[in-house]
Amino acid sequence: MVNQELAGRQPLLQIEQLKTYYPIRKGVISRTASHVKAVDGVNLAIYPGETVGLVGESGCGKSTIGRTIVRLEEPTEGRILFRGDDIAHYGSKAMKQVRSDMQMIFQDPYSSLNPRKRISDILAEPLLVHGILPKEQVAGEVEKLLEIVGLPKSYKNRYPHEFSGGQRQRIGIARALSLKPKLIVCDEPVSALDVSIQAQVLNLLKDLQKEFQLTYLFIGHGLGAVRYISDRIAVMYLGKVVEIATTESIFRQPKHPYTRALLSAYPVPNPHLRTKERIVIQGDVPSPANPPSGCRFHTRCPLAMAICREQEPELKGAQHSVACFASEA
Amino acid sequence: MEHLLTVNRLQTAFRTDQGEVISIDDVSFRLKAGETLGIVGESGCGKSVTSLSIMRLLGAKGRISRGEIIFEDKSLGKLTEAQMRDIRGNDISMIFQEPMTSLNPVFTIGHQMIEAIRLHMSLDKKAARAYAIEMLKRVGIPRPEVMVDEYPHALSGGMRQRVMIAMALSCEPRLLIADEPTTALDVTIQAQILELMKKLKQESGTAIMLITHDLGVIAEMADKVIVMYAGQVVEETDVFTLFDEPKHPYTQGLMQSIPHIDAEHGERLASIPGSVPSLQNMPAGCRFRARCPHAMEKCEAELPPLIPAGKNHLTRCWLAVQPASMAKEAAYG
Repeated sequence: MVNQELAGRQPLLQIEQLKTYYPIRKGVISRTASHVKAVDGVNLAIYPGETVGLVGESGCGKSTIGRTIVRLEEPTEGRILFRGDDIAHYGSKAMKQVRSDMQMIFQDPYSSLNPRKRISDILAEPLLVHGILPKEQVAGEVEKLLEIVGLPKSYKNRYPHEFSGGQRQRIGIARALSLKPKLIVCDEPVSALDVSIQAQVLNLLKDLQKEFQLTYLFIGHGLGAVRYISDRIAVMYLGKVVEIATTESIFRQPKHPYTRALLSAYPVPNPHLRTKERIVIQGDVPSPANPPSGCRFHTRCPLAMAICREQEPELKGAQHSVACFASEA
Repeated sequence: MEHLLTVNRLQTAFRTDQGEVISIDDVSFRLKAGETLGIVGESGCGKSVTSLSIMRLLGAKGRISRGEIIFEDKSLGKLTEAQMRDIRGNDISMIFQEPMTSLNPVFTIGHQMIEAIRLHMSLDKKAARAYAIEMLKRVGIPRPEVMVDEYPHALSGGMRQRVMIAMALSCEPRLLIADEPTTALDVTIQAQILELMKKLKQESGTAIMLITHDLGVIAEMADKVIVMYAGQVVEETDVFTLFDEPKHPYTQGLMQSIPHIDAEHGERLASIPGSVPSLQNMPAGCRFRARCPHAMEKCEAELPPLIPAGKNHLTRCWLAVQPASMAKEAAYG
């Protein structure tokens, strides 16, 4: 998707200054001592029909953003505009309405399906809860859903344990599709799968997007998969987005030193390239309970300057946004 | 002695409620001192069972049912438990995937390291502690003299894996088995650990058996690679040949299904249809044939042996049979 195309359109989802904090409780009266700032002021717009990839290392807050958007976590501050309406503080009734347009696919295909229910019941549940179809049509719809995700209809009476990881993920996708949503938040949907199965699921997600005009927020840490599926990519570090651009720009001209380090650290499946000079950043990600002052990456950044310790860089640039003092200079 | 480790037609079986299940079958490979052998395959292909068989850590239900493992002229299957314990840690060490669960949470790092060092190197307590600190320093742990008294929970995943490596290398083993050592780590931390393993290998000349599902890690680290599928070796060659000219259809499928970060945008991923057969229901003939685009009648009738497909290149596929080479089929026969 080209950016000019996007310019005139309304975003399907827009988050503004989103913050999600988790309290750290201490003492006998569980007084809130401080907060883990999982998501700390993120702006992001997702346009209809596109896939935005969200990458970063564990603890950077990428999954929390996904879960906050579908309101599995309560936002601490900020706005979540879905088709223009701020759903950040919707009650559960109002949220139920929105959820039929906004679904989620989870990372772990083993724990996200109820082991005591048959596949037909798992897939029928959203249809019945939302009253989408009269009861007698539900069975037919379940069969249709299985077919869409490439599973034989005859599997509908089986239990989750009878399926492999890849097949379970297909069931998770079928469940997300059942309400004909506009937006699907995919939280590391292929991370738990083997390489050959990952490719099957990624292709399926792409085909479904075309067929049903879906919009995806694709959260992942495997750069290859994220690149394959995304139109634009946002890179996160410690609760902040540090760079957003088209997939092409992120991979061809990464601007933030963290993005560069992340791309460079990824082991390339080509032994002829193993001598290439890689940027190995030292140290670990600091704790999100007590993030560094100024730019959060300055403790590990090869380009850190005095200003980086004192001030927090803003995300700047219309087409290719980056939050870094060094790239402004 | 040419080879440090020779694994010859290894078969390992596990007792289950449904009878004995053969987990790996006809696994053969050799490893020289100082070499890095990569073992690649998807979950359940038997790569971890291969390494646990070498360490003889199969538990009460597992046993080596056929074949032999020769390490420095000793047949590991024939050793007593006491002799084997002497080899583990001393000559062969292992690091595991989960740095979170492979350290004991109730003892300090130093306690756990010193225990192993004293057991294997007959140093006194003070010398063992100094040596432990030295090892922590070598693997890049900051402030090793303080960290040695920390408990595992105080360390991040990457730091714990460094501690595991320090423990594994403290007795200067001849062979290090690393089972998915970076799978649980973030990519920037993975890069640090891989760099560290390369550096330590250069310094000590330890042979490494690196087990992973990540072809990127293989390309980065391995000299020689074996590809496993459904409990068998399906291809063996040097790392360059493997990536340049993979011969087995499974290896080819695997290579094509990785989303490359430098690929053209918009091209479709090739995928291998279907899934791995279960151990209880292993098909006769070639185990990959149900998913193979080139399957022939012969593949159903007969399991292909490892067939030479070039210099130091073996593949378990009938496609590799040239009429002339039919006679010398088996490689390790």
